[in-house]
Amino acid sequence: MTAKVEIEFTLNGRPRRVTVPADMSTLTLLREELGLTGSKLACGEGECGACTILVDGVSQNACLMFAVDCAGRDLLTIEGLRTEDALHPMQRAFVDHGAIQCGFCMPGMIMQAKYLADTTPGLTREGMRRGLEGNVCRCTGYKKVFDAVADAAGIDG
Amino acid sequence: MSPQAKGTLDEYRAPATLAEAAEALADGKGTVLAGGTDLMLQAEAGKTPYRGRLVNIRRVAGLRGVTEDGGTIRIGALTTVTDLLNDPLVAEKAPVLAATADKFASSQIRNAATVGGNICNASPAGDMILPLLALDARVELASWRDGALATRTVALDGFFTGPGATVKGPEELLGAVLFETPPAGRTARFVKSGPRPALEIATVAAAIAMTVDGGTLRDVRLALGAVAPTPLRAKRTEALLEGETLDGDLIARAAETVAGEVNPIDDVRATAWYRKHLVTIYVRRLLQDDGKG
Repeated sequence: MTAKVEIEFTLNGRPRRVTVPADMSTLTLLREELGLTGSKLACGEGECGACTILVDGVSQNACLMFAVDCAGRDLLTIEGLRTEDALHPMQRAFVDHGAIQCGFCMPGMIMQAKYLADTTPGLTREGMRRGLEGNVCRCTGYKKVFDAVADAAGIDG
Repeated sequence: MSPQAKGTLDEYRAPATLAEAAEALADGKGTVLAGGTDLMLQAEAGKTPYRGRLVNIRRVAGLRGVTEDGGTIRIGALTTVTDLLNDPLVAEKAPVLAATADKFASSQIRNAATVGGNICNASPAGDMILPLLALDARVELASWRDGALATRTVALDGFFTGPGATVKGPEELLGAVLFETPPAGRTARFVKSGPRPALEIATVAAAIAMTVDGGTLRDVRLALGAVAPTPLRAKRTEALLEGETLDGDLIARAAETVAGEVNPIDDVRATAWYRKHLVTIYVRRLLQDDGKG
């Protein structure tokens, strides 16, 4: 019988208390228990980045993270990025640059791009490209993605 | 996947101290959760089934970070690969670890994956193991014995016994990896082969540490990944190089020796033949580049 663990954490600015099986992933918790389907399940093994969320401000693959490990931590998903009035500047830039084809990879791309912009002083275009290595777009739409991130992150050129 | 194959987790613990963690593992029925980047996948695949109790060590105090004391550098088991990439002490004293971190998986995985996890996972292709082997690192294993915390220290060379297997008992917790601060003039480098720069499991990887003393090689350590059932110290090649002057002839002999020292396999990433060929090229490259420098 798999152990059930009660955990408390912050999700998109709100305190949450849930009971999760010890072997559940954070992505399953978000999508199937809490109904937040913005973070996507694609590869399920940390290769594609479609499930990227921020945990205490640091990007993680939610598919690899144990849900029990959310205890006491501060999670931000794509659903929590915008304010009531406006999209987050990174979301806005993706829209303005048309950096979307099918859109499936976008939540993860945007969360990883926000992490890079937030945590990398003097982020360069090359640094941005390296930082997005763990986010795969199979529509091959990277140019506009890079343009959008560079714009929102204030990278010249 | 049947439930039996992935094992069971009928208990969960999140210890706050090393002693509590060791106690939670004492009966050998604990599965350690650190960064988690391999654990769930390997359990779900039936490769390393859960042992019954998930012991989440992420909240154990004092296991994260790089410190130096009395000429010894200590890396806590929970230090992430991103930490190594950004750590000023690593940049100054052991930059090969940052160079390896830079080639490690992706940003998201570097943010979660820990040094202790990369070692305990014991993949023959584990990137971070190779520079640590070249730095003559040792690991501290903590356990709960007779009502108290006990620690033993084991050389990393000899820690690995097979793919995914080590001398660490199921009741033991790897708390830190340590090595002597490399003296000035010691060089260390890491190289890794794979068809893409990111998220690659090495086809072949290698790390070297050596001192070039007036053109003579001293204390050569050569560690190779993905060419044997465990990360490998190429000791015959090291012995060939020791005390010799670096020139084209020596490099050719080193490449020939190393080819006879590895035992790679055919798998989806490469054939054994190709790995053996690559490792000779990588050894040439490691030696040539350092010879110029």
